[in-house]
Amino acid sequence: MKRIVQLFVLVLVLAAVPALLPPYYVTLLNYIGISALVAVGLVLLTGVGGLTSFGQAAFVGVGAYTTAVLTTSTSLPGWIAWAGASPWLALVAGLVITGLIALLLGSLTLKLSGHYLPLGTIAWGISLYFLFGTLDFLGAQSGISGLPPITIGSFSFDEGGEIYYLIWAFVLAAVVTTHNLLDSREGRAIRALKGGVVMAEAMGVDTSRSRIVIFVIAALHACAAGWLYAHMQRLVNPSPFGLHHGIEYLFMAVVGGAGYVWGAVIGAGLVTLLNQWLQDWLPRLFGHAGNFEIIVFGLLLLLILHRAREGMWPALLRLFRVKAEPKVVVEGAAALPRRTLPARGEVILEVKDVTRRFGGLVANKDMNFSMKAGEILALIGPNGAGKSTMFNQISGVDTPTSGEIVFAGQVVTGRDSREIARLGMSRSFQHVRLLPKMSVLENVAIGTHLRGSGGVFPSAWRMERPEEERLLAEAARQIRRVGLEAHMHDEAGSLALGQQRIIEIARALAADPSLLLLDEPAAGLRFKEKEALAELLKKLKAEGVAILLVEHDMDFVMGLVDRIVVMEFGQKIAEGLPEEIQQDERVLAAYLGGVE
Amino acid sequence: MILGQDGVSSGAIYALLALALVLIFSVTRVIFIPQGEFVAFGALTLAMLQAGKVPATVWLLVAMGAVVAVVDGLARLRDRDTEGLGSLLGWNLAYPLALAALLHAVESGGLPMALQILLTLAILVPLGPMIYRIAYQPIAETSVLVLLIASVAVHLILTGLGLVFFGAEGVRTAPFSEGSLTFGEVSINLQTLWVVGCSLAFIVGLAAFFTRSLYGKALRATSVNPSGAKLMGISPVVAGKLTFLLAALLGVFSGVLIGPITTIYYDTGFLIGLKGFVAAIIGGLASYPLAAAGAVLVGLLESFSSFWASAFKEVLVFTLIIPVLLWRSFNSHHVEDEE
Repeated sequence: MKRIVQLFVLVLVLAAVPALLPPYYVTLLNYIGISALVAVGLVLLTGVGGLTSFGQAAFVGVGAYTTAVLTTSTSLPGWIAWAGASPWLALVAGLVITGLIALLLGSLTLKLSGHYLPLGTIAWGISLYFLFGTLDFLGAQSGISGLPPITIGSFSFDEGGEIYYLIWAFVLAAVVTTHNLLDSREGRAIRALKGGVVMAEAMGVDTSRSRIVIFVIAALHACAAGWLYAHMQRLVNPSPFGLHHGIEYLFMAVVGGAGYVWGAVIGAGLVTLLNQWLQDWLPRLFGHAGNFEIIVFGLLLLLILHRAREGMWPALLRLFRVKAEPKVVVEGAAALPRRTLPARGEVILEVKDVTRRFGGLVANKDMNFSMKAGEILALIGPNGAGKSTMFNQISGVDTPTSGEIVFAGQVVTGRDSREIARLGMSRSFQHVRLLPKMSVLENVAIGTHLRGSGGVFPSAWRMERPEEERLLAEAARQIRRVGLEAHMHDEAGSLALGQQRIIEIARALAADPSLLLLDEPAAGLRFKEKEALAELLKKLKAEGVAILLVEHDMDFVMGLVDRIVVMEFGQKIAEGLPEEIQQDERVLAAYLGGVE
Repeated sequence: MILGQDGVSSGAIYALLALALVLIFSVTRVIFIPQGEFVAFGALTLAMLQAGKVPATVWLLVAMGAVVAVVDGLARLRDRDTEGLGSLLGWNLAYPLALAALLHAVESGGLPMALQILLTLAILVPLGPMIYRIAYQPIAETSVLVLLIASVAVHLILTGLGLVFFGAEGVRTAPFSEGSLTFGEVSINLQTLWVVGCSLAFIVGLAAFFTRSLYGKALRATSVNPSGAKLMGISPVVAGKLTFLLAALLGVFSGVLIGPITTIYYDTGFLIGLKGFVAAIIGGLASYPLAAAGAVLVGLLESFSSFWASAFKEVLVFTLIIPVLLWRSFNSHHVEDEE
């Protein structure tokens, strides 16, 4: 509610601006708005998704040139001629073209990991820019002029003070939809891209799809900005779409605060104003001989980065002590449908002759074991015995060199971990993989990913709220179940390590698994917490969930599990009931050292 | 054949830059876009010396030295650590001023070329560690993205200063030696030989530095595992400064080498640096020999494409990189590393 009031005040202020400020500032605000639109896309792509792009200016160019050609050319081929009738149709055409180009470029370059990607974006950024400058039908270096103004009915956005409203309507729409998107099922998947790909895939998120999605969205924002730019200037030429402008957009996003949607607007404003003021004032001080403004501009940027590393927006939030409002969990939301668990005693997991080699090292050799529904099995062994490798192979993070793994009646060897997750397997990680800046609730909600279906567009316009309520209610239910309700709205990174492990269990449970893999869940827990965890696992077992544990805490294991598989040097050395294992000669030798 | 020679010599330059970029990235995580500025500054400073002028870059050295001296000096005084104060002031105040005085005293135009080159290096190379101290050290712990943006800011500042110092006109420096060698049909430009020879010498020297010397090993340790290296007593600050010193040396020397071959403007550095970056990326920002090979590939590609389709020269260099990148990223199948 508060948010809507704030937004309303902002709209009023923005609406009053052209009446209050001189035209010079209105024009500046127009430029700021157009840049902000591009920067909002970059916040999603770079700040949240972690994919650095230098090439956004090229997409701005695609948008601008598409509309320029369509609305001015008199000799359009018939199949596209419809789009020349109005700038609005040209916008649609531009968005379609940009979307296609982004899909193509994205499918080529987004496979590039790490630092290949920025270079890839430089490559196509420069290429598109040179194309604008060399192709004749785009007017080569001199560009295209004489674009018509944008009209709605009989009203035409002629003057700077008129198109101002259009530009800022676009900016607000972009900010609000991006905000909504990030605060949704899809948004959580996108936020998991940075630093949690293995985790996200294990929760069923298709991370390559998420990457493409944000890439295309960012490109579409840039295209719309280009369309506005072209009709504001009423002409286009290649120069505003070069690499330097691509870098400048990135500047704006980072200076404003790369992970924050409003940061894009602040950053665009700051960078544009700085540029403008420096260009106005410095020549008066130093004369026109040198390019002093760029030096001072660079120095100020460095200063900002040093003083506010995360950007201006979070610094402002801190300054005014604005705290994020905790999410509202609707208690009455209908529970999500549950998976039908296999009948107790039915075999759910079979590991057959699995061998995994890393070069010369044999991490797992001829491993065989199976699990039944409603059974707790512990995998134990000294450090380096190959337990985590086994875990990774079962959950699809790693693929066996030879052998076969059957889960829920299907061979899953070589399948992606998200497909395996869909079959009903969920896991926790030995090294905690949470998103430390997100709240406990949102972290756990990632686990519900496969139980919802809200896509990008419904999320952006809040049409998936009923489902989102159910997902969050489910996440809250799991948090209560593991006893962390007091921390539900805290940042996950602020909790103790033992508690973070428990969050991972809640997240795994939120997926409603039939097989739960837990990698050292009791490590770092206090005695009472361990007891509570054991209780929880027993309850799950009673419900018919199968649980595979890797654990070093023998007291914890012995009192809890049904059977134990002992590994040493990658091989199974014993299997049986806890009491049998405690008496087993080979196990004692492995743990205590052999008696010669 | 001429094209091949051109390609190999510019490839050798890109190789040096690529080495510097790989070095800086692996030790400090900084993608050092201003590397190209060292090249341009190197060539232009040498040109000013050859014209008998006092290079304006020496004032940059004085100014940046003063900033470092003030910032670090105050910190030391606060910590009551007066021991290192002498060398701090010596390197950051006395040395730049002495150099400035020296340049005013001698008529640099008449000096032998080797001395001019030495002076160029003496002026520009210390800028490397100073840039690290001022721009990067305070934010050394942040994300690669923030460091990258800082790099762009430094790049803007240096290009702006370049215009102030050197003006908009381009220059060529005098070649190391005139003429060419002829082997039967083939004639090879002597400057090309200089470039390739010096680059090779540098690469071998660097390899020796990294495998034999204690500091070289310390840098390698830092690049493999920064926190581990820190625990072993290797200061990340020292490692950072040393890396930037080496990178500056490589950059300036590349500038000195390339000066006689192409006309250098104050803003030429960016594209040269970018191509070094391309080469470094081909090497995966990790492997030195691959980066060097990539550099020669880029050089050849550029010189042949500038002959066949000069309008599309830059486009070709950058788009032909994409298949290489794809090939690399498909082949280097890597599991997400723990952070």
